[in-house]
Amino acid sequence: MASILDDVRILEVGGELGGWCGKLLADMGASVIKVEPPEGEETRGYPPFYKDKPDRNGSLYFWHYNTNKQSVTLDIESETGRELFLRLAAQADVIIDSSEPKYLDSLGLGYERVSAVAPDIIFAAVSPFGQDAPYSDYASTDMTALAFGGPVWSCGYDDHSIPPVRGGGNQAYHTVCHFAAIGVLTALVHRQFTGEGQFVDVNMHAAQNVTTEGAVYHWLVAGDTVQRQTGRHSSPTPTANVQIVCGDGRYVNIGFPARTEEQWLHLLAWLDEHGLVGDLSKYISPPSREALIRRDPDAVRQMDEVMSAVRELCLANSARDIFVRAQDLGFQWGIVYSPEETLEDRHFKERGMQVQVPHPELGAEFVYVGAPYDFEATPWEIRRRPPLLGEDNEAVYGEIGIGADQLRAMRNAGVV
Amino acid sequence: MATNGAKGALAPIRICDFSGQLAGAGATRFFAAFGAQVIRIEDRLSQGGWDIFRGNGPYIDERRGTNLGGMFNNHNVEKLGITLNAKSERGKEIMREIISISDVVTENFSAGVMERWGFPYEEMRRIKPDIIYVSNCGFGHRGPYTHFKTWGPVVQAVSGLTFQSALPDMPPAGWGYSHMDHTGGYFMAIAILMALYHRNKTGEGQYVDLSCTDAALTLNGPALLDYTVNGRPMRRPGSPYSNRNVFPPMAPHGIYRSKGEDRWVAISARNDDDWRAIAEVIGKPELANDARFATSHNRMLEENQDALDAILEAWTSERTDLEAMDALQAKSVPAAVVQHPEDRMDKDANSLEWETFPEVKHLEMGLVRVEGMPMKLSKTPAKIEKGAPVLGEDNDFFYDEILMLDKAEQRELHDKGVI
Repeated sequence: MASILDDVRILEVGGELGGWCGKLLADMGASVIKVEPPEGEETRGYPPFYKDKPDRNGSLYFWHYNTNKQSVTLDIESETGRELFLRLAAQADVIIDSSEPKYLDSLGLGYERVSAVAPDIIFAAVSPFGQDAPYSDYASTDMTALAFGGPVWSCGYDDHSIPPVRGGGNQAYHTVCHFAAIGVLTALVHRQFTGEGQFVDVNMHAAQNVTTEGAVYHWLVAGDTVQRQTGRHSSPTPTANVQIVCGDGRYVNIGFPARTEEQWLHLLAWLDEHGLVGDLSKYISPPSREALIRRDPDAVRQMDEVMSAVRELCLANSARDIFVRAQDLGFQWGIVYSPEETLEDRHFKERGMQVQVPHPELGAEFVYVGAPYDFEATPWEIRRRPPLLGEDNEAVYGEIGIGADQLRAMRNAGVV
Repeated sequence: MATNGAKGALAPIRICDFSGQLAGAGATRFFAAFGAQVIRIEDRLSQGGWDIFRGNGPYIDERRGTNLGGMFNNHNVEKLGITLNAKSERGKEIMREIISISDVVTENFSAGVMERWGFPYEEMRRIKPDIIYVSNCGFGHRGPYTHFKTWGPVVQAVSGLTFQSALPDMPPAGWGYSHMDHTGGYFMAIAILMALYHRNKTGEGQYVDLSCTDAALTLNGPALLDYTVNGRPMRRPGSPYSNRNVFPPMAPHGIYRSKGEDRWVAISARNDDDWRAIAEVIGKPELANDARFATSHNRMLEENQDALDAILEAWTSERTDLEAMDALQAKSVPAAVVQHPEDRMDKDANSLEWETFPEVKHLEMGLVRVEGMPMKLSKTPAKIEKGAPVLGEDNDFFYDEILMLDKAEQRELHDKGVI
């Protein structure tokens, strides 16, 4: 079957900010060529490493973000390097540039120059604060982006003497890359309609700012400030703890224990199996959300009683059993899995979220995470493991007329 | 060739939009901002109630009602709103007409709702052979959990994201909001755009089944490979410690108390240069060469990182978060205030100049600020000026000019409760 983006050629240049965007497009068929400095992109030096041995082809960080991509090396600061970059750009549809703002401009490789050789190019620049805006020269990491842009304010614990918490997993970078991908794809569809390319300026700080849900709406609409709470939504007014520890030490998130009369009866029946109904049988329906927000004393008392029984129910069972049973009864509850525990869950197994990817040079294959979406006609696919450094020099440079001798000379000169 | 530049990048696109809340409405929001005609179809009988945010707070004032939900307004800017009773026979006929003139159908109902209405994908394709149908559902439309119910916190919990946000020997802190409602919407927008690109190229539509929890699973980062390749689980003593950073190693790396009420500053040392600059800025240049801290390897050792945290917090607690950030950024060290909501929306120079929070005009709420667009397209900028439609706001325009029903029939359909 054809891949969606198999006619799209992308150059990816820069560092850790843009890799996820390139992967999202590469996994749907785009030909993504990473233009790396001769010593390799910085993320090749990031742990964890295969068997914990530092090696520029063994970074699992690099592996995760670079499936399906090709790698060429090029010193774009050299004169030959600049010329070759423009020749590669002339054949590209998209450039994803996550180097420092103005860096490519300073080399004569910015949008203005590239669009002179590739008029319909889509040039996406991904940066911490936008290309030319306040703070554009500030240094930034995933954590400082999440702190400055808002997410950290909303995450942490009820006890505010404990610092607020940065959520793990590179989410600031993922979020800016989601906007970069939406920007690039919007521009590609526009180009299909009109033939016109353009420049896409993607701002990581703004991306975080618009990805914090309630903190924004409470402030902009009502002038209220949300406060962080343990394991649940931040809120202008305190809400009940719904992250409950189970018998096996793992947690479940129970959202709201029961919303409808039917759910209430299901919950009582379930509690009854464990002899935990007690006085709760006097209530015929759950406390209403509105009454709890008003802090209505009867509703609060009922909520306290039911939560106390639910905590005992959870302690008497494993988190997995609570999760599945609750969902079968129609409750919107979830188990808090660690990343590796997800691999054992039926849902992820049956939806093919574990993909075997061969690494022929290691004589092994490894499980990578699967597709975020399931396209009926044009599948997501890992066609090739992440590239070794410079693995595609011959093929890619060959396509623009660089022969083996010339490549060797460039290698000796340190250009590739 | 078409010239859609002035109208927006996606002006030729029409979306028949049943999506709601944030995970769905947040996806079609992009299309509306880039000029597509997004027709939000709402149930007249339940007053649009299949989107629980329609009349929910926050509110701008004391008024309440189905048109006054603050989140709904944010998620549905620039869309058209029409009402239709999709359960009635005539309603179904009108729905067929809308599908027949649409490029995309979107929804984020529980699995099976479209089938119950008589509009499974096969039926949509009979109506419009190249239709694109994208659903966003917590556990997708296929697999053992299709009947499970989710919202952001459940998706985040089951996928591993909640677990990854924690301090050691503490319960998960998790995400203090539905990160995956936003992000599920981003994945949905990406899926719709890819399917459109394919349709424009080949003439072929398709169905995309987006499981929000699967999308979340892909966001665990390199940690999953560390387990599948190296066998190292994240659930182990002292892990996770998400204010620290091991991929790549950075120390010091943390969120430190500063002067004032609940004021904090985040500081990252990416390398030895950053660490030397920090030592100088905090007035302890001798620490740069202290054997405990001179190399990244030594700084990453747990007891040394604890010592670094104490040293940094002693310095940050003597000054304001802004003073700490400015002093460190002057030496190119990544440091940032943990901004309070009002800081970043009302005072932050980047947010103000970028217009990260533009103002829209809503028919009943008046002028309200909403989330803007973090990316600027040089030739086809996004437009966010009009608030969410009040219930049925665009019925006249849509039924007159798009479906071209005559007025008498419209009146009759209205009286029968169809539109």
